[in-house]
Amino acid sequence: MKSILKPLLMIVAMALGTTAAATLPAWALVELNVNKGNVEPLPIAITDFQGGDALGAEISGIVSADLKRSGLFAPIDKSAFIEKISNPDATPRFEDWKVINAQALVTGSVSKEADGRVRAQYRLWDTFAGQQMSGEQFFANDANTRRVAHIIADAIYERLTGEKGYFDTRVVFIDESGAKNARKKRLAIMDQDGANVRYLSNGKSIVLTPRFSPNRQEITYMSYESGQPKVYLLQIETGQRELVGDFPGMTFAPRFSPDGQKVIMSLLRDDGNSNIFAMDLRSRSTTRLTNSAAIDTSPSYSPDGSKVVFTSDRGGRAQIYVMGADGSGQTRISFGDGVYSTPVWSPRGDLIAFTKQTAGEFQIGVMRIDGSGERILSTGFQQEGPTWAPNGRVLMFFRDSAGGPKLVSVDLTGRNEQSIPTANFASDPAWSPLLE
Amino acid sequence: MGRIAALTRNPVMMALVASLAIAGCASKKTPNSAADLGLSGAGAATPGSAQDFTVNIGDRIFFDTDSSSIRADAQTTLSRQAQWLNQYGQYAIVIEGHADERGTREYNLALGARRAAATRDFLVARGVSGQRLKTISYGKERPVAVCDDISCWSQNRRAVTTLSGAGS
Repeated sequence: MKSILKPLLMIVAMALGTTAAATLPAWALVELNVNKGNVEPLPIAITDFQGGDALGAEISGIVSADLKRSGLFAPIDKSAFIEKISNPDATPRFEDWKVINAQALVTGSVSKEADGRVRAQYRLWDTFAGQQMSGEQFFANDANTRRVAHIIADAIYERLTGEKGYFDTRVVFIDESGAKNARKKRLAIMDQDGANVRYLSNGKSIVLTPRFSPNRQEITYMSYESGQPKVYLLQIETGQRELVGDFPGMTFAPRFSPDGQKVIMSLLRDDGNSNIFAMDLRSRSTTRLTNSAAIDTSPSYSPDGSKVVFTSDRGGRAQIYVMGADGSGQTRISFGDGVYSTPVWSPRGDLIAFTKQTAGEFQIGVMRIDGSGERILSTGFQQEGPTWAPNGRVLMFFRDSAGGPKLVSVDLTGRNEQSIPTANFASDPAWSPLLE
Repeated sequence: MGRIAALTRNPVMMALVASLAIAGCASKKTPNSAADLGLSGAGAATPGSAQDFTVNIGDRIFFDTDSSSIRADAQTTLSRQAQWLNQYGQYAIVIEGHADERGTREYNLALGARRAAATRDFLVARGVSGQRLKTISYGKERPVAVCDDISCWSQNRRAVTTLSGAGS
């Protein structure tokens, strides 16, 4: 049993002065519009960061991979570069970059400080305007270069799109191994690109549906370890676990409230039906939100905490309903042809993602919070369980094919689907928030 | 304006734990077959044994898609089960509810629970003491048949009556 409890990284950011005395309007080179037709990804040249030998190329490689996977950027092959950057702080020869159609250029450097910290800096250039767009440097107290690279990729994404990035984030999920009728399921956590996997449970009990707390320090999940399936809390840093509530029957489908003070979940009634409860983690008081002779499950709060979206089969088959956070005004919002489940409220508040079963297939889609404007982003034989990237632009879910589930992401246009590499089968992804 | 997008980031303390002491609560070794229960493998099952129950009575019933209604064929099986369980009162009983994979995970946990409860209620109505009966849902997490077609799914939509905490 390893127990790595020390902080891995301390990051300090500061702005780098621009070398060109430029004044830039706050415009973005990339427009995010999910309703537009094909968005051409922006050609961008990401040069190897100077210094640090292999480290420099590693950082630029991670930045490049992040931006490429977003679908909004087309990193240009390095072999096409004309100018060889030797001083990442000097104004580049913009003509050399315009001629290979690089609309943006990233230069940077990385070095080890005397005190052992790693210093990484980048500059982002608008080649056609001939100006620096942004520049920052970061100090990390450990050689966690992947994280520094993700933060740089987020900064570039934000500067070029005008929206927050999502690369410096993590995903909790269920690692699955073994035969299908005897699957070992373990809690696991990794970076959003599949790197740095760590296991948080030993696989002796079935564990399902982990979800992050808003501060990223805790997860809530369901486990069979006591015999009856129950909802637990786990402190990621300390490994401390705690049963949520003392209920006679199964508790499942947990999620945190946006303020992190409550866990909302389903509780099995003696009659075999499931209702939704919210438990205040400080006072331990529980509030029943639904009371139907039906399956009510998969609750998810709106980002302001005022509403809850959930699945219910009270109308016959599973559909999506919205209610006030106190259980008031329960209203069905899904009316399409099929069965709807796993609704998840977007962190931007504007959309609800869901799984829909229709015509023998499983679809991942989004609708507005009143149920209008349904759009299907992905269709497959067996796939489910969307989770939102913190900027509300990308969904991750799991798809069963070739013998087991794997993780897949898709953006809101539905055109940019990416598989997330995992060593084993993987299911139930839940994306972490961004740290502010 | 001179806007250089300088994101001010607070110092970030990041700490992740590699592997946590999810106390491995080494699940008690529970017998999961007639042989584990110390019963003779093949041949005639001793009347009143777990093997007798599984082989001669039938320990499981099946459900229609997305349904927890007890079908006519299942009613026959459960009536036999109730008679046997009433005759052999020494067993505690756990009813496992299961779903096929053609549903989402959380919904199927609830569906499996509803199937287990419907099975329990039927046995109680046939005179089995509710004190002896517990239920558990495995949702779609414990399929017995693992191909990807209708014949498999119908075998997985099941409720299994297990004796003395024996698994299915």
